[in-house]
Amino acid sequence: MSAIDLDYLVQPDRVHRSVYTDQILFDLEMENVFEKIWVYCGHESQVKKPGDYWTLQIGRQPMVMVRGEDMRIHVLYNRCPHRGVMLCGNQSGNTGKHFVCSYHAWSFKLDGRISAIPLARGYEGTRLTFDDPQASMVPAARVDSYRGFVFASLSPTGPSLSEFLGDARVAFDDICDRSPEGEVEAVPVCHRVMQRSNWKFFMENQLDALHPSVTHQSTGVPARRVENRLKAEQGKAPLFFHYLSTFASSFDQWDSVQTVNFPNGHGILKAYMGLRPTDPDTLEYESLMKKAYGEAKAEEFLSRSIHHVLVYPYLSVQSPLQQLRCLRPIGPDRTLSEIWHFRLKGVPEAIYRRSLWYFNLVNSPATMINADDLENWTKGQWGLQSKGGDWVSFHREHGRDTETDGVSYSNRGTSEVVMRNQFKAWKAYMQPAAAGSKA
Amino acid sequence: MERNEVSQALGTGVVIEAIESMTGAESIAPEHVGRGRLPATGYVPQAAAVDAALQREVEALLYRQAAMLDAKAWAEWCGLFSDSGIYWMPATPDQTDWEGQPSIFAEDGLLREVRMGRLQHPNAWSQAAAWATNHLVGNVMIEAVEGDRVEVYSRFQMMEMRRDDIRHFGGSYRHTLVREQGRLGIAFQRVDLTNGQGLFEYVLQAWV
Repeated sequence: MSAIDLDYLVQPDRVHRSVYTDQILFDLEMENVFEKIWVYCGHESQVKKPGDYWTLQIGRQPMVMVRGEDMRIHVLYNRCPHRGVMLCGNQSGNTGKHFVCSYHAWSFKLDGRISAIPLARGYEGTRLTFDDPQASMVPAARVDSYRGFVFASLSPTGPSLSEFLGDARVAFDDICDRSPEGEVEAVPVCHRVMQRSNWKFFMENQLDALHPSVTHQSTGVPARRVENRLKAEQGKAPLFFHYLSTFASSFDQWDSVQTVNFPNGHGILKAYMGLRPTDPDTLEYESLMKKAYGEAKAEEFLSRSIHHVLVYPYLSVQSPLQQLRCLRPIGPDRTLSEIWHFRLKGVPEAIYRRSLWYFNLVNSPATMINADDLENWTKGQWGLQSKGGDWVSFHREHGRDTETDGVSYSNRGTSEVVMRNQFKAWKAYMQPAAAGSKA
Repeated sequence: MERNEVSQALGTGVVIEAIESMTGAESIAPEHVGRGRLPATGYVPQAAAVDAALQREVEALLYRQAAMLDAKAWAEWCGLFSDSGIYWMPATPDQTDWEGQPSIFAEDGLLREVRMGRLQHPNAWSQAAAWATNHLVGNVMIEAVEGDRVEVYSRFQMMEMRRDDIRHFGGSYRHTLVREQGRLGIAFQRVDLTNGQGLFEYVLQAWV
């Protein structure tokens, strides 16, 4: 392999198009980023009973998250050690007390340890023994969770989950703190939408405050028309028209929204989402929050200025509305997105329905918003195949951001510091690959 | 066998018969429920005995609705619904309520107006790509007639061409039709997409 010159590919104000298109770089990303760092597996409420499982992909590795007999959650390679056949052939289900291979009936306990092999005498005197770890399913090197959100790392070494998340853990705090019980439950509907683009397009887009009023004006404008008409006729309009109409806010308005960019590429798009109207349901909800946490804490939780939190390089969390999108990169130009939302425990039904409207209108497979995003990313991926230029520009507001203790604050919401910060992390993750390729 | 010759090996051996102690099968006690959630609803429609003229009238409405989608006659399509009419595509086949659960579409007249406004907006960027659909509606069964209300079950196939891609959708419609001033309007349309829980290559921009 020829040497990979990261300093050439990723410059402070621009990056080379090949980081979005090149298969070799993609494979190195899988190896050095996704198959090393902490990757989100799912929420513990997806696997309530022993034997409940969900399958997922970590980098290129098919994995299964399962609830054990002892109620612990295990994350295992979804692979039979005998001949390599996948053990769970469905997205989710309950596997009973064992995983049983459909090929030769090797069976495994829920923690992955071998349980039985038919005609086991056939292995007497061979190199394969029951106590050999190679006769069992292989567990992820590390599994940990934060407030019910389960992560796994395929690398035995490296930062802990809390070190990896750093300040981006506010994503999960903000989701859970909005429940008077401090907990949420996953709604067991996972929409899966394929993006025909490199995963970086989505990550960059999520905190990109310049694009909404361009990309989404076709939805924002008619939504505002209906919203204004309802307000004129009835004095009020359902909040979900506002969810849609704000997408077409002015450039200046979006520019006034600040981004906060953390180490490891994580970040926050601030912006208060107008979730505190004074209708009876909201007032009841706020009083439940005050009863649970006291006046000051409840106020802190309810007034957090967050639009999105990014856990780089694969998670976009819209914590105030309890929704999450998780990327599973498939190839340089193909990225699976898994779309989830969560129910706050102990809140009035109306509060759930309010966030459900956002999930249905913005995040469903009939989304009136992402239809135009996906089109941008598809055309972006095609455009980057072009020899018409080698560079992707991130010059906007370069040199005018404020940095304190490794955290970059944009002074303008539309600053491309978001992308610059993500590539800083990407470059650090890819250092070993560059070193390896030079050797 | 003393000598490992093929002819000798083939000349001996046991006959595998169905015997009761099949150890392999025994080891797989059917304790697991790894079955997929796709796609059964367990719902089997039942056609009621109805007047042939009503059957024809209902079929004509469904065919016309499909043709309006294929013609992108959005305003006319919206006009088929009664004032409080709902268009609903549930996320899973076991859902029973259009509100309070995640849906693929859950739209009243106002939200259909927003979606139509988007489809017609000159800067609906993703509408720049040429696209067309072809709907076929069949298996039309009127399940009940109660006063002014008619409950209809049907199935559809839809092929979509967008840029150079072909996608294929299929499923069932359940219409609740209401007669107002002599004309049948759609009070409720439930669309169960057979591939609704599958992977979406791109999204659905218009109603199905």
